[in-house]
Amino acid sequence: MVYLISIKLRDDYSNFIFYLSPLVAVVLTLFFGSFIFLILDLSPIESFKIFFISPISNSYGISELFVKATPLAIIALGLSYCFKNNIYNIGAEGQLTMGAIFGGGIGLLFNDSTSIFLLPLMILFGAIGGAFWASIPALLKTKFNTNEILTSLMLTYVALFILDYFVVGPWKDPAGYGLPKSMPFPDAGRLPVLFDGLRIHIGVFFAIIICFITHIVYNKTLFGFKLRVSGLSSKASQYAGFKYKNLIFYTFIISGACAGLAGLFEVSGPIGLLYRDISPNYGFTAIIVAFLGRLNPIGIILSSLLIALTYLGAEDAQLFLKIPSAVGFVFQGLVLFFLLGTDFLNKYKVSIS
Amino acid sequence: MQPIVEFQNICKEYPGVVANNNVSFEITRQSIHAILGENGAGKSTLVKILYGHVKPDKGQIIINSDLATINSPTTAQSLGINMVFQHFSLFESLTVAENLILGMSEKISLSKLKSKSESICNKYGFNLNLNSPISALSVGQRQSVEIVRSLLNNPEILIMDEPTSVLTPEEIKKLFKIIKKLVADGLTVIFISHKLDEIINLSDHVTIMRNGKVVSNLTTKNEDPESLGYKMLGYKVSKTKQINNINYSEDVLSLNNLSSYSQDPFTTNLNKINFKLKKGQIFGIAGVAGNGQKELMEILLNENDYEFNGNIIFKNININKLSTFQRKSLSISYVTEQRLGHSAVPEMSLSENILLSMNHKAEFKRGDFINFDRINSYANDVIKNFNVDTPSFNVKAGKLSGGNLQKFIIGREIMSNPELLILSQPTWGIDAGSEAFIKKSLIELSQKGVSIIIISHDLDELLEVCHNISVLYEGSLSKSLNVENIDITKLGKYMGGLFD
Repeated sequence: MVYLISIKLRDDYSNFIFYLSPLVAVVLTLFFGSFIFLILDLSPIESFKIFFISPISNSYGISELFVKATPLAIIALGLSYCFKNNIYNIGAEGQLTMGAIFGGGIGLLFNDSTSIFLLPLMILFGAIGGAFWASIPALLKTKFNTNEILTSLMLTYVALFILDYFVVGPWKDPAGYGLPKSMPFPDAGRLPVLFDGLRIHIGVFFAIIICFITHIVYNKTLFGFKLRVSGLSSKASQYAGFKYKNLIFYTFIISGACAGLAGLFEVSGPIGLLYRDISPNYGFTAIIVAFLGRLNPIGIILSSLLIALTYLGAEDAQLFLKIPSAVGFVFQGLVLFFLLGTDFLNKYKVSIS
Repeated sequence: MQPIVEFQNICKEYPGVVANNNVSFEITRQSIHAILGENGAGKSTLVKILYGHVKPDKGQIIINSDLATINSPTTAQSLGINMVFQHFSLFESLTVAENLILGMSEKISLSKLKSKSESICNKYGFNLNLNSPISALSVGQRQSVEIVRSLLNNPEILIMDEPTSVLTPEEIKKLFKIIKKLVADGLTVIFISHKLDEIINLSDHVTIMRNGKVVSNLTTKNEDPESLGYKMLGYKVSKTKQINNINYSEDVLSLNNLSSYSQDPFTTNLNKINFKLKKGQIFGIAGVAGNGQKELMEILLNENDYEFNGNIIFKNININKLSTFQRKSLSISYVTEQRLGHSAVPEMSLSENILLSMNHKAEFKRGDFINFDRINSYANDVIKNFNVDTPSFNVKAGKLSGGNLQKFIIGREIMSNPELLILSQPTWGIDAGSEAFIKKSLIELSQKGVSIIIISHDLDELLEVCHNISVLYEGSLSKSLNVENIDITKLGKYMGGLFD
C-alpha cells in the first residue's frame, strides 16, 4: 500500500483564521515551551512566570519592554512595506547599523555642540543612512534582476564590518582605554527619556506616529493600493499600469529609513555611543514581528511588545533559572514556525490517501 | 481486418462543458489517423481517455478486439499505447540517455539502453547524441527524445498531440518521414492537429470533432484542404446574421508590419501583422490558441516590455513606446483573457477592482489619496447597468461567478468611455445569459462609435458580433473577411493556415 500526501489549495480560505493564527501560534509556542522547561527539569508554570510575568511586574520592567519594542516596531513597520509588495528585504540589521553610523557620525562630528538642532540632524542622517544602504539591493534588483534576499542579507555583514572599522579606527575614544567604542555623544545628541530614572525614550512616539501614517498609507492612498495589488498579483499590477520597479525602490527606501531610524534611536537613546554590538539582532527579529503582526500596522505594534517580552524573559531566565538567554531566540523561532504552519494549513488542505 | 482501437459511446462531462458526447469511431491498424477540430472540440480529452489520463463517464474502449480498462498511463503503456505530449517533460540538466532510462518501466542497464536507443535512432533517422544534455538541444531534438522514449516501450499505438506546433518547416518534413516509416513498420499513429495541409499530407483517415461530438469520419485521399475546412466549420453559415453598418469612416488604430522576435520556443513570434480599424468597427481576430494571440495582446497592452518591430498608430499617434498607463490615458481599454489575477484581483473588493483599471483617471483620486466615494458609486453603476449579481461592491471579486465577474470587468471598461476596447476571449467559460448580455453590450458600444478588437478562439462569437474577421495563424494575420456573406470555405482554409 502506498500512501500519498496530497496538498491542495483551499478555494475559500478564511480571513478570520488568518488573523487568529498568530494567537494559535503563541498558544502552541507556550505549549511546546513547557516541554522544553520540563526536559530541563524546571517547573513550566514557575518558568513561565519568570519568563513572561516577572520581567514586567514593575515600572522599570515595563519601561524596558517599550525600550525593546520600539526598535522592533519601527523596523517591522518599515519592512511591512516591502513584504506587502512581495519584496523580501532581509537586511534591516545592516540598514539599522548604517543608520547608527550615519546619525551617530553626526553626533561625533559635532561633539561639543549644544544646539537643539543636533538631535534632529542625527535623526535625519540615521534615516538617510538606512535608506542609502537599502537602495543598493533595490538598485541591483531593478537593474540586474539580482535576488534581493541575498544582496540585502550580505550587505548586513558589510555594514557590521564598516561599523567595526570606525569604532576600532578613526572614531575610537582616545580616553576609552583602547576599547572598541566611540566617545559618548554630547547631551544635545541624546534622545530625551520620558521619565527620570527609566530608559523609555521618545522613540516610542515615533513608533506610534509611523504606525498611524502606515495605517493611512495602506488604507487610504493610491500608493498603498499599488503595494497591495503588486503583492497579490504582479500581472494585475501590470494591467493596472503600475511601475513595479519604482515600487521596489520606494519600499526599500521606506524600510531602510525606518531601520536606520531605529538604529539611531538605539545609539542615541539607551546606548549613548557607538560600539560593536549595538543591536541584539533587532533587524532580523523584526521580520518575525512583521509577519506575526500580519503586516498590519496595529498588529505589528502588538507583536513587537510580545517579542520584546521574549528578550526580557530570556535575560531573567538566565539570571534566575540559570538557562542560556538563547532560549529567547528559541521562543522567537517557535512562534515563527507555528505561525508559518498555521498559515500553511489555513491556505492548503493536506490529506493522506 | 480488425480495427486496433474502437471507441464506443465515450462520454465525458466537466462542470459546464460536455467534452465528449457519445464518441464512437474506429482506428485501422497500421494507419495514420488524424483527429481534427477547433479548440474545445474534445480532441485532447478523447486521447487523454485513451492514454488513461482521464476517466470517461460512460462508454468503452476496445483494443485488439478486447475490452480494455485503462485506469492510468501505466496500464495504457502495458497495452502498447504511448503518447507524445505537446509540452515536453524532460530534465534539462540530464543527458539524453539519462532521460530515456527514466521513462523505462522495465529494468535495463544504461549501456543496453544506449545500444537499443542507437539502433532506433539509426533505423528511423533521429539525429541525437545520447550523451549531450537536454539543455543543449533544439526544440525539434527534444521532441525526438520524447518520441524515442515512447518507442523504447515497443508501442503498438503512438498518440501525438499537435506534434508540429513547435517545429520549423524543415523539422516537420523530417518528422513526417519518420512517422511514415514507423507506420510502415507496423505502428499505428493517432495524430491531433488543426493544420489542414498537414492532415492531407500525412494521414490515411481523419475524424472531425465539434463540440464533443464526431461529425464525420473520412478517408483522407477523398478530401482536400477546402473540403476539410468546410466540414470543420460549415454549419456556421446559417448562424451568421445581418450585421449593423459602420457609420464612421476615420481610422482609429492601425498596425503596420508588426513583428516580434522572442527566443522562447513556447512563444509564437508575430510576423508582419497589418490591419486598420475604423471608428465604430468590431474587428475579430480568430484562430486556434497558441498562434500568437497572447503575444499580440501583450504588445497591444505593452506588458513585459515585449520587443517588436513595426508601428502601432492610434489616432495619428505612434504609441509603440507608450506604457500601459499612458495608453489607458489615451482612452484605450483592455479586457484580458485571464480574469482572476490579471484584469481583476480576486482578493480585493469590487470597488477596489474599479480603481485597478481606472487609476489613471483624476476623478478617482484626491491628490495621493483614493476617492472612495467615487469608486464606490462607479462600482454601483457598473453593477446596476450590467446586471452583475452581487449583494454589494464590498464583495471580493473572487467570490463572483465567472459570468458575473466578466460582466463587471467589461462594464467597468465600457463605462469609462473608451475610444478603443481590446478584448481577449470575452465570453470564455461563462454562462449563456452573461454571454448574450456581453455580446449585446459590445454591439451597442460599437454603434456609439467605439472601435472594438476581439481576440477569440470562439468563431461563433466572432461571427455573431464582428464586422470583419481575420485569422491569426503561426503569428501571421490573414486578409480580413467581411462577416456579411462570409465565404466559409475561405475562412476554413485560413483557420488551417492556407492563406491566399
